[in-house]
Amino acid sequence: MSDLKVVVEPGRQDVVMTRTFDAPRELVWRAMTEPELVARWWGLDETTTVIDRLDFCPGGSWRFVEREDDGQEYAFHGVIHDVNGPESFTQTFEFEGMPGHVLLERHSLEEVDGRTLYTSLAVFQSVEDRDGMVASGMETGAGQSMDRLEELLRTLG
Amino acid sequence: MADDSLSLTFSALADPTRREILARLAQGEATVNELAEPFEMSLQAVSKHLKVLERAGLITRGRDAQWRPCRLETAPLEEIDRYRRRLEGRFARLDEELRRMGKNHE
Repeated sequence: MSDLKVVVEPGRQDVVMTRTFDAPRELVWRAMTEPELVARWWGLDETTTVIDRLDFCPGGSWRFVEREDDGQEYAFHGVIHDVNGPESFTQTFEFEGMPGHVLLERHSLEEVDGRTLYTSLAVFQSVEDRDGMVASGMETGAGQSMDRLEELLRTLG
Repeated sequence: MADDSLSLTFSALADPTRREILARLAQGEATVNELAEPFEMSLQAVSKHLKVLERAGLITRGRDAQWRPCRLETAPLEEIDRYRRRLEGRFARLDEELRRMGKNHE
């Protein structure tokens, strides 16, 4: 069962996310940093992820393209700022559809009882940028059940 | 202070009392009196919270009935929920990938 926690506090410029993976840290690190592995999970259910480039070293650059069945493409790119494997890496992130709205992300992995706790901290340039990111680019959602709502309220609490 | 709808949703949700009120309304409609019961606060204070929730579009209030029952509106919450579900999908795929990698590892 997923323990995903997403913290989007009102009036702040960051999103903090934690999630436990039932795998050793070395494996999670590889899945998050090796291009052919990243391509298998990074995008959406309905898109194919093409890794245009991922030069995973300090100063290296990355660019991923999400391709929908109808040919529509969404591209993202950034620069790897530092690599501290298998504990953490820091990078910039920019959606090419909204140039200039760059965010800084730190991804950390911590081994806990043979499992891996992943923490991501994303810092935006403004509260509006952050709120816009949360609100935009989302797939059309199905109607919301009361169960999911209660769960959502718990995660916000 | 931004007054776009998502910021209104976030600031309305920032208060624990308001989150409890929403959790109560997830069970069904309620009047102000019913909503005030669990809290040690005046009806006026509860009404203030309801106004904030109403402004954020998180609740609507009946117009005709004398007691103007409050009703939960889920549309603003769906934006946040969709963000969460997209992440869930991504990480579920990563889980799958890690299982596959683990098998090859053995």
